Amino acid sequence: TPAVAEPLGLGRPALPEEIAAWDTTVLPDGTGLPEGSGDVLTGEEVFAENCASCHGEFAEGLDSWPVLAGGNGSLTDPRPVKTIGSYWPHLSTVYDYVHRSMPFGQAQTLSVDDTYAITAFLLYSNGLVEDDFTLTRENFASIALPNATGFYADDRDQTEYPVFSVEPCMADCRSAPPEVTKRAVELNVTPKDEDGKPAGTLPPLTLAAETGAT
Amino acid sequence: MTDEPKTSRRAFLAGTAAAGAGLVATAATAQTPDPLITEVQEWASVFGDPVDATPYGMPIEFESHVVRRNVEWLTESTASSINFTPIHALEGTITPQGCAFERHHSGAITLSKQDYRLMINGLVDKPLVFTFEDLLRFPRQISIAFCECAANGGMEWGGAQLEGCQFTQGMIHNMEYTGVMLRDLLAEAGVKPEGKWVYVEGADASSNGRSIPLEKALDDVMVAFFANGEALRKEHGYPVRLVVPGWEGNMWVKWLRRISVYDQAVESREETSKYTDLMPDGRARKWTWVLDAKSVITQPSPQAPIRHGAGPLVITGLAWSGNGKITRVDISTDGGNSWTPARITGEARSKALTRFHYDMTWDGSEMFIMSRAVDETGYVQPTKQALREIRGVNNVYHNNGIQVWWVRADGEVENVEIA
Repeated sequence: TPAVAEPLGLGRPALPEEIAAWDTTVLPDGTGLPEGSGDVLTGEEVFAENCASCHGEFAEGLDSWPVLAGGNGSLTDPRPVKTIGSYWPHLSTVYDYVHRSMPFGQAQTLSVDDTYAITAFLLYSNGLVEDDFTLTRENFASIALPNATGFYADDRDQTEYPVFSVEPCMADCRSAPPEVTKRAVELNVTPKDEDGKPAGTLPPLTLAAETGAT
Repeated sequence: MTDEPKTSRRAFLAGTAAAGAGLVATAATAQTPDPLITEVQEWASVFGDPVDATPYGMPIEFESHVVRRNVEWLTESTASSINFTPIHALEGTITPQGCAFERHHSGAITLSKQDYRLMINGLVDKPLVFTFEDLLRFPRQISIAFCECAANGGMEWGGAQLEGCQFTQGMIHNMEYTGVMLRDLLAEAGVKPEGKWVYVEGADASSNGRSIPLEKALDDVMVAFFANGEALRKEHGYPVRLVVPGWEGNMWVKWLRRISVYDQAVESREETSKYTDLMPDGRARKWTWVLDAKSVITQPSPQAPIRHGAGPLVITGLAWSGNGKITRVDISTDGGNSWTPARITGEARSKALTRFHYDMTWDGSEMFIMSRAVDETGYVQPTKQALREIRGVNNVYHNNGIQVWWVRADGEVENVEIA
């Protein structure tokens, strides 16, 4: 750890009201949770009013908006469905993120109790509590999400760096000539210029090519 | 916007070189004199623009293809989305700010220096509030670093999908930053011994909160105000962003408003739901902060076909590593059968974009061209297949696999995978 510089005396003390306004972060152990509560049925109403227009009445997601419930057991499927119930490790993240950054386009409009209620409703939508459940600051830490143990810290230094940190082949590396297995042009999903070339293609600098362009 | 350059180019050529039809392309073997030389051109006779015409300039109209582009279907909202740097058209290493990619989660906000506040709280001796004016009084440092989105190339995990390195490798920019070291700000507040993590969040609605281990925070993380000589662009975090050399772009929090010290990671949405990397057994890596050694040939590439025919050909590209300096870039023109080191042109700085060139003679036959970066740790950029053998295809992030371009005999270039 490098030496820490001497203070310069810049800045001024943060006031408690200021810290309370900006530090709304909730940690996995529940640190940061405010006093409050909310039940599933209240959460269903608040969700219907504020969230369902994108995320669906049952948190199942409308159109291509994020799916908040479902997908359980899909994490080894060809196309996994990663939701709060199937993927997220901590309930703290649900409370914290909803309270601070949702609804999309109108963030920080939910009260503490609204956020507890929505969080309770999302637990219910994911089949994790009964419909009479009330979430409080006190029982918050007792809720474990299904994928709580589904993550591990970056292990590339064990599993990849030794494999890839060897002197590479420089000559006669292939046993057979290269064979094309995938072509992006077959998907044809890139934005295009008028002439059908990928958008932003460098303009031809020859008059012949210029004339040929539409 | 896409048809502007063509229109203006045509007007330009029609107005000034009509008499030279057919000669521009064949000037080297011209039998008749080139009127662009033998006739006095307008620009060689009359005035150009006066010095008071353009207080802050934009690129000349003929370069209007060198712009950011987005791909509509990638995200559900353009306020939480990505666009791409036109790396196919750039040279050197410094990215012009005006076309450097953007990634927002709730749009690019407008935050004045007057309204700006930065708070440090949590496990510190003295929670503090700074104004922008305060921040300008700390000792400054300069650092050049690449900012690469963790998702750069993520659409290519399952196969070749997008046509052009702007789209497949363009969630990246490289700037020269000036700012103050995060460690100097933390020293002002005094980190308590139990403080192990720093949580940083932005002033925007998404907040983009991320946890950074204290060791990194005290090492080379910068709180930056200037990029490429001037204030940060609005879309890049004006007036203050975090610069986290070598680490995934998501952690480069923009419009930085709070730094909090904790004894544990917050495990926020952006480090649980997102920026975690699903592996074949259904578990996921978290805290995959570093971006591994990577490279791409920027020309020729699908947006930069070869139109000049056989003969001398410049292969140019970018290499970078979050684990230090690039020490070598190898080029193959035969699909990886044989490799030759390219030239590093300019400096290979730690955790910064590095330019390479490879000058060759093209015989006009098709090629499979590839680049392979090596960094100072000895790590050699892997193939996509080598990565998939370990990670499967649903990692989403951290795709640093070798890119293959199929150069066709007509000079057109395709994004392909080969076996």
